[in-house]
Amino acid sequence: MSHLVVLPWKQSLIMSYKSIRSRFFRSLVTTLTLVLAVSFLAYSQISLDIADRMLATGDSDMHRSLLQSGYDILPGDTSLSSSPKQRWIVILSLLVCVVGIINAQLMSVTERFREIGTMKCLGALDRFIVRIFVMEAAIQGLAGSVTGAVLGAVTAFAGALLRFGTDIIPILPWQTIFSSSLVATATGIGLSLLGVLYPAMMAARMQPVEAMRVEQ
Amino acid sequence: MTDKKQIVRVTDVTKDFDLGKIVVKVLKGIDLEIETGKYVSIMGPSGSGKSTLFNMIGGLDKPTEGKVFIDEVDIAQLDAYELAWLRCRKIGYIFQTFNLIPVMTALENVTLPMTFAGTPNEASIQRGMKLLAQVGLEGRHAHRPAELSGGQQQRVAVARALANSPAIILADEPTGNLDLKTGEEIISLLKEMSDQQGVTVISATHDYKMLNVSDQVIWIRDGRVDKIQDRDELEIHTGGMSS
Repeated sequence: MSHLVVLPWKQSLIMSYKSIRSRFFRSLVTTLTLVLAVSFLAYSQISLDIADRMLATGDSDMHRSLLQSGYDILPGDTSLSSSPKQRWIVILSLLVCVVGIINAQLMSVTERFREIGTMKCLGALDRFIVRIFVMEAAIQGLAGSVTGAVLGAVTAFAGALLRFGTDIIPILPWQTIFSSSLVATATGIGLSLLGVLYPAMMAARMQPVEAMRVEQ
Repeated sequence: MTDKKQIVRVTDVTKDFDLGKIVVKVLKGIDLEIETGKYVSIMGPSGSGKSTLFNMIGGLDKPTEGKVFIDEVDIAQLDAYELAWLRCRKIGYIFQTFNLIPVMTALENVTLPMTFAGTPNEASIQRGMKLLAQVGLEGRHAHRPAELSGGQQQRVAVARALANSPAIILADEPTGNLDLKTGEEIISLLKEMSDQQGVTVISATHDYKMLNVSDQVIWIRDGRVDKIQDRDELEIHTGGMSS
């Protein structure tokens, strides 16, 4: 008889999914943090992509409307890049997002101490517990980031349309926009995984005796 | 069972808890032998070290000194994998607070240990349904713990403990959170399972209802074994109490 304890990937995915579904509201709050941060990231990047493209056309009308809506363009500039201030704001928002996720996941671990202890009594290894938490974070990360990226892109389009009119539609740089959305999504998933790392390790280190304790 | 095999052997176990300024000696040298297939109750007032001893037997805690053998294996020598395997395959746990996984249905709770043990899905669902029927919960397999009464939850826990056909069932105050009648039902269920499947049941309790079904009662007092009584000695004792 082999002395092995296993948890198939499919099974851990199902467990993570169920856990998210039955703690839907909690997951929603965590995911919402991510949606907001990622949509902000996507919004500022895609707005920049659009403006950059407008400048690249060399059209003087477009040049004027860019200046009117507050872009700092020096004579002779052929491309735009985000200002250090803008970059700092995006980085800060992402940082706040990670802190929020860590906080939410720590609470989730505390709430589930007994559940984790019980699983360990039933033979779960440390890495099963880590895996369940990481998978949950990955699912939340994927859902939140995709939603956030779409939301950010839509807001950026709407903003551009309002400011520059319908003239910009034919020149929209779809490929750049798509890759910016992908980068934002990937960043979001990365943040979600980064945020769950410490809480998951804390959960995994828990002793099964905790499950036996009576006080809740 | 003709041979009297010892499933659990505890030799000269002490346990100290270091609380920083003071060291509390909870267990002060315990020797025990528990035979396979017996229904054993560990009795003692709270603070007697009963739970600590219990956790040692379950491989949930390591003794400061002395050795705990389960099936002639010294559990102090096991690494994390082997310990997880032991908890998964050899021991079934029943808790005072039931400790079912709240997000899973009754059936999923019962099949979880089988999943850990690598049982194929089909087979574990089949066995899970059979076990649920055995503990009298036929047709409740799709219910979440929150939709079950305390007694029913504890029945699910009994089914879960039996999932991998363990050699030992460890029950920590299994009736502590149940009313009198439901408690009795759980006790007789445990006894039934012990008789039918030859599994050793070890329960820590201060529920005197347990005494009637126990083959052996180990009394713990102040970190030591006070006395060990077999069933025949007990019946006089409880008979005397109930009259």
